[in-house]
Amino acid sequence: MSSSANKGRALPRAGSALPRAALPWALVTPALGWTLLFFVLPFIAMGFSSLTAHEGGAFTASNYSQFFTNPSYWQAMVNSLQVTAIVTVISVLLAYPFAWILAEQVPERWQRLALMLAVLPFWTSYVVRSYSWLLVLAQNGVVNRALTSSGLFAEPVQLANTRFATVTGFVHFFVMLLTLTIFANLKQLSPSYRKAAADLGAGPVRTFLHVVLPLTLPGIMVGAFLTFVLCIGDYITPQILGGNNELLMPQLVMMQIGRRGDFPLASALSIILMAVVTIAYLACARWLKIERA
Amino acid sequence: MTAPLVDISSISHRFGQHTVLKDVSLQIEPGSYTILLGPSGSGKTTLLSILGGFVTPSEGKVFIRGEDCTSVPPAKRPTTTVFQDYALFPHMSVGSNVGFGLRMQGVDGATRAAKARDALALVGLAAAFDKKPHQLSGGQRQRVALARALVIEPAVLLLDEPLGALDLKLRRQMQDELKAIQKRVGTAFIHVTHDQEEAMALADHCVVMNDGRIEDEGPPERVYHRPATRFSATFMGESTILAGTVTETKDRTSTVATPVGPVSLPGALPVGAAVVLAIRPEHLVLGEARGGVRLGTAGVSDVVFQGSFKRVLAVSVEDPSLHFIARLPATATVRPGDTVAVSCDTDQIILLTD
Amino acid sequence: MRKVVRIASWLYALAVYAFIFLPVVVLVLFSLQATSFPIPPFTGPSLRWYDAVLSDTRLTSALVNSLLVASISSLAAVTLGFLCAWGFARFVLPGSGLLRGLITLPLTVSYLIIGMGLLVLFNWAGVPKSLLAAGIGHVVINLPLCFAIIYSQMGNHQINIERAARDLGAPEWKVLLLITVPVMAPAIFAGFFLSMTFSWDEFVISFLLTRFGTTLPVEIWNLLRSGLNPKTNAVGSLVFAVSIVLVVLFELTLLRRRKA
Repeated sequence: MSSSANKGRALPRAGSALPRAALPWALVTPALGWTLLFFVLPFIAMGFSSLTAHEGGAFTASNYSQFFTNPSYWQAMVNSLQVTAIVTVISVLLAYPFAWILAEQVPERWQRLALMLAVLPFWTSYVVRSYSWLLVLAQNGVVNRALTSSGLFAEPVQLANTRFATVTGFVHFFVMLLTLTIFANLKQLSPSYRKAAADLGAGPVRTFLHVVLPLTLPGIMVGAFLTFVLCIGDYITPQILGGNNELLMPQLVMMQIGRRGDFPLASALSIILMAVVTIAYLACARWLKIERA
Repeated sequence: MTAPLVDISSISHRFGQHTVLKDVSLQIEPGSYTILLGPSGSGKTTLLSILGGFVTPSEGKVFIRGEDCTSVPPAKRPTTTVFQDYALFPHMSVGSNVGFGLRMQGVDGATRAAKARDALALVGLAAAFDKKPHQLSGGQRQRVALARALVIEPAVLLLDEPLGALDLKLRRQMQDELKAIQKRVGTAFIHVTHDQEEAMALADHCVVMNDGRIEDEGPPERVYHRPATRFSATFMGESTILAGTVTETKDRTSTVATPVGPVSLPGALPVGAAVVLAIRPEHLVLGEARGGVRLGTAGVSDVVFQGSFKRVLAVSVEDPSLHFIARLPATATVRPGDTVAVSCDTDQIILLTD
Repeated sequence: MRKVVRIASWLYALAVYAFIFLPVVVLVLFSLQATSFPIPPFTGPSLRWYDAVLSDTRLTSALVNSLLVASISSLAAVTLGFLCAWGFARFVLPGSGLLRGLITLPLTVSYLIIGMGLLVLFNWAGVPKSLLAAGIGHVVINLPLCFAIIYSQMGNHQINIERAARDLGAPEWKVLLLITVPVMAPAIFAGFFLSMTFSWDEFVISFLLTRFGTTLPVEIWNLLRSGLNPKTNAVGSLVFAVSIVLVVLFELTLLRRRKA
């Protein structure tokens, strides 16, 4: 049972000579209780709330049927999905080459610094980051000033309060996040894969296409899924940069609470949003499993 | 007769459906060096965990110094374990590691430090007192783990593959030191390994385990020269295994029919019984038939030069399923492809019980 | 060919760096604006807006609130997460896989929905909006994170170290204090640090669950309603500076640990 003793060694955990039943439960119960009380219970409350009428509190499914019948609600979901898809694709396409350059072209001893710099603005406050883009994209902001003074445009272009602004703000955040995850992925690849491929006669391009890219793909998928989840549930970026010209789902939810105090409808919309994320997760999880098999 | 220090009585243990120990009984004498030898999955590590108190056996009892310790927690029993990965506390100095057990007993700082220094001196690491574990080499960590376990003066020291993580040369060197330290402190050591050379070098008492059972136990010389079972004849050193049937018993001598001809053995065996014989490699004679027992002829399939001797593998001409393993002097001229006569002395043939 | 790749790489990397730093540079630059609009041309440098921020009691008290909520909720999250990870790593519990899944479930749900759920629950139970309510929400989002980080670091080697301590006579509480916590310190620290930054930055839960005394991100949000304002730049730059100091401290601690 030498080094293969892990089997025999891991199992005795169960029989450690300790107060057998009480201690482990005493350790895990506080965290479990917290999760049940402040995560599961609120969710149940939200479920109940979503099935009651805003006025009077009678049992009704109208909050859900509203979503399917009111085209502006539908449109918010369509907008959300579109923006999220665009952001995910652009972010991956921008971040992958960048992470590759950091991992492959930058000399080893500068890599840590280069990476730290690349994600530094990641640590600014979320609200502040969106506001900064508003400064950049404003009617008389830096970009418009540059465009008009260079003579490319006679008039300032409408950049803020558009989908373009929302996407830019999101991409800025997710390029940093994905650079981190893809960089970690590339560094984890053993150099012997690349050496083996080169040894077997593959050029740099073919080595990348047939070895590096497939091996980093699962990591990219995880990063892309994270992007999807964080992006579709975010309220700040679309609210600050996109404004109210076109609504995304989180904005629609917040609007029910803020303007009308309509908790039941807000709950129903939240649950629908979560259902979409769950479906995406299930699709993604299955895809990842096939990859691994 | 004095009571044994450790008395393991009819222990069985199951992990779920899987039975890892089957009715194991074993006695350990004070001051002895016991080796539990066996392959992976033989149950030796589980037996050690039961002795250390980390596992409570499904059935059976463990007595230490006459007391029933079967379900006494590790801290409360007079055993200390040296773990295979040493399990040194990475955030403490070597001195604090060694002094930890005394600290738990409430020993004051000065006494603790003095005793820890003594224990480190015992293992030859007096200078490492203020170092951190990660500054030490593998062999040095091993010694710290030993000092940490010994300083609280256990009645039994349990060592789980203590040399498993070391390279070969260091392992042989540490073997000698372990034995010397054990003789000096006089504590009973129980040591788990799968390395039969380690077992022969260290043990006063060698316990061969296989598939959850004790196959054989005794002084290593006895276990080597007169193994009780086919398993111990092939696991503790190599053997040529010969199967046969008893055909005749006369004057306390039995004749056994084997594929390579009749073999005479001392002792009266029931006629018709199937028996298994073993012959150690150094007792096989190849070439001229010098031995008293002729074992037919064999074709040499491989000759492996091993420095001080040559290891020769040969296949019997009479029975191709019979493989001879012989050890010849390094000067032997035998070559693969040669056909040679095989023989041995009568008293070198070992009768196995299965 | 290699040279072309190299030059293209440099140009691309510079472009991405420019994109990443553009908003931060604009933010900090115009926080030093002397006039009332944070747009070109630059009229500074001047510290008048920093002065305005520091004398704004709403902002300074929000800053204190944020630090308070972040540190207390992170402490709670890391404590609960650590105990729970310890329990699951050391003992075989019935339904362990399912229960661990439940603990980490909040990681996959967006903050907006967690905040909504708590709002509905608290509204129904009559719990008033407060910093405490927001803090409870922050523990909900950070507990699974702390749990996951610490649980992943509790390997078999750590288990043997604890067994060795028990074998040498340490009672359970001493194993915890003298062995487990110090050995797990890097993971515990990482969990606490990440919780701090997430709580410090969290907006939507605080926005939904607080009313009068609120946290800094919500107070900055309130400032935004008055449009572009160098004061917002100044407070944003300050928040950025605090975050950078934290990150650098974190890196240095890690570095020192690795060297030690």
